[in-house]
Amino acid sequence: MDTGIGARVRRKEDHRFITGKGQYTDDINLKDQTYAYFVRSPHAHATIKSIKEPEWAPEDGVVAVFTGEHVAEDKIGGLICGWMIHSKDGSPMKAGPHPILAQGKARYVGDHVAVVIAETKEQAKAAAARVDVTYGVLPHVVDVAKATKSKAQIHDVAPDNTVFEWSLGDKAATEAAFQRAHHVTKLDLVNNRLIPNAMEPRAAIGSYDSGSDHYTLYTTSQNPHVARLVISAFHGLAPEHKLRVIAPDVGGGFGSKIFIYAEEVVCVWASKRIGGRPIKWTAERTESFLADAHGRDHVTHAELAMDKDGHILGLKCHTLASMGAYLSTFASCVPTYLYATLLSGQYAIPAIYAEVDAIYTNTAPVDAYRGAGRPEATYLVERIVETAAREMKIDPAEFRRRNFVTSFPHQTPVIMTYDAGDYDASLKKALEIADYKGFPARKAAAAKQGKLRGIGFANYIEACGIAPSAAVGSLGAGVGLWESAEVRVNPVGTIEVLTGSHSHGQGHETTFAQLVSDRLGVDINSVAIVHGDTDKVQFGMGTYGSRSGAVGMSAISKALDKVEAKARKIAAHVMEAAEGDIEFKNGSFSVKGTDKKMAFGEVALAAYVAHKFPTSEIEPGLKETAFYDPSNFTFPAGCHICEVEIDTETGVTEIVSWTAVDDFGTVINPMIVEGQVHGGITQGIGQALTEGCVYDSESGQLLTGSYMDYCMPRATDVPSFKLGFTETKCPSNPLGMKGCGEAGAIAAPAAVMNAMTDALGVKDLAMPASPHTVWKTLQATKMAAE
Amino acid sequence: MENFIYHRPTKPADAVKAMKDAADGKFLSGGMTLLPTMKQGLAAPSDIIDLGGLGNSGVEVGADKVTVKAGTVHANVATDKGVKKAIPALSALAGGIGDPHVRNRGTIGGSIANNDPAADYPAAVVGLNATVVTSARSVPGDKFFTDIFTTALKDDEIVTAVEFPVPKRAAYVKFPNPASRYAMVGVMVAELKDGSVRVAVTGAGPKVFRVPEMEKALEANFSADAIGGIKVKASGLNSDMHASPEYRAHLVTVLARRAVAAAK
Repeated sequence: MDTGIGARVRRKEDHRFITGKGQYTDDINLKDQTYAYFVRSPHAHATIKSIKEPEWAPEDGVVAVFTGEHVAEDKIGGLICGWMIHSKDGSPMKAGPHPILAQGKARYVGDHVAVVIAETKEQAKAAAARVDVTYGVLPHVVDVAKATKSKAQIHDVAPDNTVFEWSLGDKAATEAAFQRAHHVTKLDLVNNRLIPNAMEPRAAIGSYDSGSDHYTLYTTSQNPHVARLVISAFHGLAPEHKLRVIAPDVGGGFGSKIFIYAEEVVCVWASKRIGGRPIKWTAERTESFLADAHGRDHVTHAELAMDKDGHILGLKCHTLASMGAYLSTFASCVPTYLYATLLSGQYAIPAIYAEVDAIYTNTAPVDAYRGAGRPEATYLVERIVETAAREMKIDPAEFRRRNFVTSFPHQTPVIMTYDAGDYDASLKKALEIADYKGFPARKAAAAKQGKLRGIGFANYIEACGIAPSAAVGSLGAGVGLWESAEVRVNPVGTIEVLTGSHSHGQGHETTFAQLVSDRLGVDINSVAIVHGDTDKVQFGMGTYGSRSGAVGMSAISKALDKVEAKARKIAAHVMEAAEGDIEFKNGSFSVKGTDKKMAFGEVALAAYVAHKFPTSEIEPGLKETAFYDPSNFTFPAGCHICEVEIDTETGVTEIVSWTAVDDFGTVINPMIVEGQVHGGITQGIGQALTEGCVYDSESGQLLTGSYMDYCMPRATDVPSFKLGFTETKCPSNPLGMKGCGEAGAIAAPAAVMNAMTDALGVKDLAMPASPHTVWKTLQATKMAAE
Repeated sequence: MENFIYHRPTKPADAVKAMKDAADGKFLSGGMTLLPTMKQGLAAPSDIIDLGGLGNSGVEVGADKVTVKAGTVHANVATDKGVKKAIPALSALAGGIGDPHVRNRGTIGGSIANNDPAADYPAAVVGLNATVVTSARSVPGDKFFTDIFTTALKDDEIVTAVEFPVPKRAAYVKFPNPASRYAMVGVMVAELKDGSVRVAVTGAGPKVFRVPEMEKALEANFSADAIGGIKVKASGLNSDMHASPEYRAHLVTVLARRAVAAAK
């Protein structure tokens, strides 16, 4: 059976997961473990006047109660935002303090005010309810569009609740382009706030061993090494060699588990305070809603300038991006360098100018969520391009074609250099699969059933594998975005690959093994992928931004190159041949022109036995490491076409057809990639039609605090997807890979909303376009017509 | 969740006595609302009197009447062949409650005693002119649901069965809340054997209600067109982030028409 690159290998990890044998953080229990429960602010904005504990009885089981004062005593640093953004005027972003337990003030409903540690989870929860916190309620603001003029002053360092006012692009050139315009399309857009909802809630177990003065943190992290670095360097808990971070099986993240959160740091810090007993915390679902970093929450005005033939001359936009009440780990880069740098879309736009104001609100922090900035960019570009085509009465497919970037490399006015792509190829293929020509007939047939049928495109482009490190450093990143790999070949020829990437559902144990199987010609079952433990893997940057293939696997590929090179040398000595005469194919080394042959495993054994080569020249053993830093971002792109039918009586929308043609470069496992596309589109459909985080502006309370009100998309909300692939290899990594994890979530909202507005014949429609929203739109249209 | 005293009586009289003796007792049937409420700390009864020990579960289908014992789970009502034949609208309604987990734990007695404004069963009880049989008496469906989360039941009174007269034809059409899947609006339309028509609406208001104007129109002409122009008033209907009173009012007419068309 083929288990190499391109094979539909069944996921090796799934047997473990579907038979309940996965080891998630909450499955782990340590000796003498205690339990933490957090006292959270019931107010959106309040001073903390006092925190009083009752007299605890032995049966209360309370071990300790800690507050921000204890954190200050131990000089534990606050949570950081690791990407510096400067405002237009050159001033650095205004980051307010974010202590791991509130100090003096709570800034959103759910803010971590104190922690109770008790013998059991139930005791901790019951005791937390008895901790008496006196609050002084302050004015609050939850709406990003109102926050700069609010009475609420969330952080002293940030007047008008403004973190930064940033811009990208050439303002004068863009204004000049608009002066020349034949037609200008204007659009106001809201990119609705989303709550990530990973299947596994966040969890942590922190423990301290006084014997070795060493801390261990089990945590639900997408990047355990970054967590260790931050907890060590910024929270100042312990030097890195005295802190081990383990992220075992993790049940989904979608970005929300990239970040270093207060609760996890509290567990590992407080363990020493209670004499080293481990402290376990598992978020209740309500806490996930309240205190996981949320996504999106943009309010944007955008304008697009065209000449008389529908060629785009320029694009400008002004975006208000909610940061929530604190800057989360990567919050500042999401609405800036992950957003405005992609505003050129798939199009050759000569001039672009984007202004982004990052604003504090009394809400949960906002950070990267599947797509992170790129869905917001695609939503803007594809909604305004579609609107412009309609206004200029040009077929939307043709309008796009006229403006496509067609030669590569292509330098956009907003930093990015697109390296490879064929946007017309994916459009063409998508039009065929979707039977675009047959749409008018389908629309007419739907009308006979009393349904409004609409079609919408999203020709998205995104950027994955943020790189190279020097470039992202120059843009303000606090870290490099390379990846590491170590390939350990055992004496019998089995292989362990240690990777700095982290799988939390992506199937790395399968795809990474496929690469090894392909390169070394070994059985996929003799390859083990090791990740998620800072004591095993030396360092790594983790998994987010669809980087694990393009960056993580490239590092593995580089290490495999080294393994192969050394194995060739050893094989040459053992078979008494010149190294240049050694051929490596299908897992075996042979000497050109002879029948001499050694299997890969035999060479591995020879490497460890070390009898047949000069160890003064070649070290024994077969183990290689690589740190790989890509030379550019990768640019996955594609065309999604959505068709909807709307029941005009009820406002209910059915997605009746979905075509997705994606260019991900090299695909390792098409089955897993298709699964990623399905999941991504479904999340995007969720944003477009069902999901929307709502804070009550009066009370500041989270109204969508459970699944009773926060509407996740269900299987019945999505159609059977029609997928196709085109392929242009990515030139900036050895495998030609681009990344597939977020594409669906990036493309889908624009495709759905373009189809919805087409069906309804309107320009504006808010996400989520729930039946109620659609019905109101239908009523308004009807009234306007009457 | 707070501690409580757990009772599992095997006779209705013992259940009633346990409730009388309790400081702040609660009857537990399927627990589909009570248990989550307790877990969230929104209810903390001193005593739980589990009615599961009564063994009062099952369906009896007669020529004119379907009797559903109070402890019968929704899945059994949904899949019972006799119910499907006698009152297909009732079996379809039961099959659309919640999800498989809820349908296999939740009971008809628990549902109607709780009287959630968005529950499905109240529409069946009122729409099909059912009688609620309790440990003490029989209550006509119309008199059973008194207010939001409130019924005619006394504190120590237990629902033992619901008797549904077999109608000439009926249908239940529900517009589920997109998130919770409770009825945002649910309409039961039934033409009873005596020729009278009932239109019962759940989810839209604080409790199930009938629409007499539609009933009258349908008694004259049982067709969807007969009620197309009849609108219920929006004022007094439920309002939340998922639907305004106006939208709910609109949906009542749409769903009622669809129910008439689907009635069998």
